[in-house]
Amino acid sequence: MDLKTRRKLTNKIALTLSIGTMAFGLFWLAWILWTVLELGIGGLSLSLFTEMTPPPGAENGGLLNAIVGSLILVGTGTAIGAPIGILAGVYLAEYGRTTIFGKVTRFVNDLLLSAPSIVIGLFVYALIVANTGKFSAFSGALALALLVIPIVIRTTENMLMLVPGTLREAAFALGAPKHVVITRVTLRAARSGVVTGVLLAVARIAGETAPLLFTSLSNQFWSVSMSEPIASLPVTIFQFAMSPFEDWQRLAWAGVLLITLGVLGLNIIARVALRSEKLS
Amino acid sequence: MTVEATAAHAREPMPAKPKPSRMLASLMFEGMSTGFAILALLLLAGIIVALTIASWPSIRAFGLDFLTSSEWNPPAERFGALIPIYGTVVSSLIALIIAVPVSFGIALFLTELSPTWLRRPLGTAIELLAAVPSIVFGMWGLLVFAPIFAKYVQPALAATLGKLPLIGALFNGPPLGIGLLSAGFILAIMIIPYIASVMRDVFEVTPVMLKESAYGLGCTTWEVMYRVVLPYTKTGVVGGVMLGLGRALGETMAVTFVIGNSNFLSSASLFMPGNSITSALANEFAEAGPGLHTSALMELGLVLFVITLIVLACSKLLLARLSSHEGGR
Repeated sequence: MDLKTRRKLTNKIALTLSIGTMAFGLFWLAWILWTVLELGIGGLSLSLFTEMTPPPGAENGGLLNAIVGSLILVGTGTAIGAPIGILAGVYLAEYGRTTIFGKVTRFVNDLLLSAPSIVIGLFVYALIVANTGKFSAFSGALALALLVIPIVIRTTENMLMLVPGTLREAAFALGAPKHVVITRVTLRAARSGVVTGVLLAVARIAGETAPLLFTSLSNQFWSVSMSEPIASLPVTIFQFAMSPFEDWQRLAWAGVLLITLGVLGLNIIARVALRSEKLS
Repeated sequence: MTVEATAAHAREPMPAKPKPSRMLASLMFEGMSTGFAILALLLLAGIIVALTIASWPSIRAFGLDFLTSSEWNPPAERFGALIPIYGTVVSSLIALIIAVPVSFGIALFLTELSPTWLRRPLGTAIELLAAVPSIVFGMWGLLVFAPIFAKYVQPALAATLGKLPLIGALFNGPPLGIGLLSAGFILAIMIIPYIASVMRDVFEVTPVMLKESAYGLGCTTWEVMYRVVLPYTKTGVVGGVMLGLGRALGETMAVTFVIGNSNFLSSASLFMPGNSITSALANEFAEAGPGLHTSALMELGLVLFVITLIVLACSKLLLARLSSHEGGR
């Protein structure tokens, strides 16, 4: 085989393998989504949204308390984390863009962005649960908030960086003080990007299980109190999926379907929103 | 929209001199955003300090033995982290061995081969794989993937790789479906999107001129990728791999479902169940009695946090080096 044929052959093999890897990646996505749809739809029923999680061995039952608990935890976590993240992002983009403190914060934030979420759970446990002596919905929400903050900081900063400097200069030239320029001009110009960041953060924490295991724990009964343990979809799925009861596993698959649809839906909405913003 | 905002703003009368109240508001706003930025910075330090304090009893009781002892015995209050650390490292390495070449192939496909109109949807599909919550991977892994893995893949591996000299021992044993190998495999699927998207991004910053010069000399697509683009972007590629490693080390739920959660390690086989730092925490922490057991688990968390921070810091520094050298060009 001469050199030319060999090079062409190598090229062909490599490119075929590349197409193969792409198919490999898509295959798992398709398989997982198919399984979730197939097994999840079997568990869907009206009682899923109207009944509490059943005790062991009982028939039927739903996920109402877990769904409501998840909404409370995610809502509170976002409400605490998003404003902090947005303001810290504003600092990085508008005040501390070139300062050493800004650079260090940016670096540390990037580390926190990928830090294991279970460690955040341990941190909140050591900080709150160990001191108050009990698991509570609030500590779970706080753990989720700590996951929201780095994500929102990152996207807010990136989006503010995209706002052209001339827009700021025009506002300054009109005599606006810096906080007015930021709140009325730059943040407004970057609004949809910032909202996208918050949506992505919500999507990320909605499926988080690990930080809730030792903070909000779980609760078999209806509870909306912030100082009591609270049920959440991911933790309930974890308990039910590991159980030997078929009814529980059916409920777990239905829960997985709800979470997957919610999380992927939010992701797609966020991407579409961001793309239309970039084009305009 | 931006034009509207400025126009509406321009209509508002602006005082010629800033009023003291406005100055105050401005200062308060700056103070608040600075404060929250400091908070983000303190968070990292706070986590390390809080975990160190919480794990102090265990650090004092076991010292460095904690990292080298394989005995994990809650009733006797003897704790050594060797087996969880081994599980975490081995499953993450398996994940990297599978994920790195696959991610390279995907990035190659997305930057060079794919028709332009397909790039965006395919790229999004791969990124969505990263958005699937890890509990979904876990439940799918345990109930759907593991039985199939045990029935078809593990016997095939044992019959081929298991017959080889040296590495054969890794692929022998009962095909259980769950264990270190399955955990590593599922981790690989989970980190492919992260590595692939970093690789795609750094491949895209390679100057077109460089690639076209190579094509002009008669290089094939593969030669351009392997001999020109890859050397040019290697710091970025390594940074992406480290990012994936950081993710794999800290992944909890998916691993907890499939690793088997056994604190004993009887053979070198990757088919055997094991334990990882994260799965030990997920399984034991809520039930651990106060005192040494909780403290030892806290120390496990601290070890994990420090390892991932080092890996992620390396990743960030490498990626930053690539972009600064790009800026200096």
